[in-house]
Amino acid sequence: MDGESASEVIAGIYADGWSRIVATMIRFTGGDWNLAEECAQDAFTQALRTWPEAGVPRQPLAWLTTAARNRAVDRMRRASTEAAKLRRAAREPAPPPYTRDSEIPDERLELMFTCCHPALRLDAQVALTLRSLAGLSTAEIARAFLVSERTMGQRIFRAKQKVAHAVIPFRVPPAHLLPERLPAVLHVLYLLFNRGYDEPRDPAGLGREAIRLARVLVSLMPDEPEAQGLLALMLVQEARRASRFDQDGEPVILEDQDRARWDRELIGEGGAILERALRRRRAGPFQIQAAIAACHAAAPSTAETDWPQIVGLYDELTKVAPSPVVDLNRAVALAMAQGPEAALAALDALADSGRLDGYHLLAAARADLLRRVGRAAEAEECLREAIELAPSEGERRLLRRRLADW
Amino acid sequence: MKYLMLVCLDPDLDKSKVGDAPDVEEWVAENDGKGVRLLGDRVRPESDATTVRVRDGEVLLTDGPYVETKDLIAGFDVLECTDLDHAVEVASRHPMAWGGVIELRPFWGEDD
Repeated sequence: MDGESASEVIAGIYADGWSRIVATMIRFTGGDWNLAEECAQDAFTQALRTWPEAGVPRQPLAWLTTAARNRAVDRMRRASTEAAKLRRAAREPAPPPYTRDSEIPDERLELMFTCCHPALRLDAQVALTLRSLAGLSTAEIARAFLVSERTMGQRIFRAKQKVAHAVIPFRVPPAHLLPERLPAVLHVLYLLFNRGYDEPRDPAGLGREAIRLARVLVSLMPDEPEAQGLLALMLVQEARRASRFDQDGEPVILEDQDRARWDRELIGEGGAILERALRRRRAGPFQIQAAIAACHAAAPSTAETDWPQIVGLYDELTKVAPSPVVDLNRAVALAMAQGPEAALAALDALADSGRLDGYHLLAAARADLLRRVGRAAEAEECLREAIELAPSEGERRLLRRRLADW
Repeated sequence: MKYLMLVCLDPDLDKSKVGDAPDVEEWVAENDGKGVRLLGDRVRPESDATTVRVRDGEVLLTDGPYVETKDLIAGFDVLECTDLDHAVEVASRHPMAWGGVIELRPFWGEDD
């Protein structure tokens, strides 16, 4: 087999098998998450080195699990692990690859529920799951939470410490304990979706996978309107995917998107799911965000959008899930509903609070409003600041183009 | 795995919502029997507490608690459990989980 196809096979197994191998190794090592991740990584590295020449083994997942197990025993030996623990591990053959063992009808979903233990803070549950099971980098997770990589690294480290010290077991929760873990699992899915949504192409298929898992979740927990809310939100956003980037892969803002290319079928499906959820009269953050997305999707243009309704929905969102990003989005909607002055006052207050320091979209939104109230010099300065802060080259180019157009 | 179970009062608790809490004698008997509860007791209130410090080689005593906790700590138990889920299950069947608050602290142990 040539090298290229072997590494393609490995990439395919990685997408599906990473979390299963990590889960197997967490159990094998008696709950050592760091060791489990390192061994899984080692196993894939070894596969990349040997498979192109030796060929892909007949049972790749079993091969990788065995390789990870052997690395674990090696590493435990070198770290002079407690004798009894090492003897036990060295005697134990490689465990079979992880298979699900509960009524949760999907392996990955089952692992997410297992990972999200309520003895950890919600954000720690989400970060740990994204890092250990979904294999996102600490930097990617930090960006999603709007914190520095260092802060996120410490947060994940502390979570793993508590798992080890308090002996938090890696055990699939029984059905009656799923609801208390649901908020964390929903967040994990949404952040995975967003990770895939931020790129012109989503090579790993994170968006599709998050939607697939949300569908499984909705049928598993039909009485949870927030699960439906999340699915609706993702479907309506997915519907806009084709219009979010131009041919060169540059991001296109909502106002300039070609609405004829929005997928009406997905929008319709999302809207119907949202309606069913809202009938339960337990509106939560995902249902409200889905309602906002549906409001945009229903409008023929930016000018004809029901902005007062959107401002009202952001007010609701602030009540159930306050966050500076929600305040920012509300201010942008307020500018459309009531004009730039009111919105600028809201943004200035937000900037003064320091809660979104370093966030490029705050600077970009302020620049836009300053320009609309005729404060051109300040607007330009603010937009340059946004360009400086933007996290990707694509976003920097978008903002530079805007600066050139002014 | 050993856990210290701190049994605490909750001054903000609405007594009408406590419900049908389990019996503490039964809890003690059951968990002693299983070897889960290694020891434990109620402790006397803050007015009976003494704080000890050694400074410059001299033993200094203070009448009263170290931190003004308003008599939050009512007692303690030492549990031997397989993992945190097990300890949570045991703690949740103690009457003070219903009529107060229980904090679980893992023992430091031999590692690191």
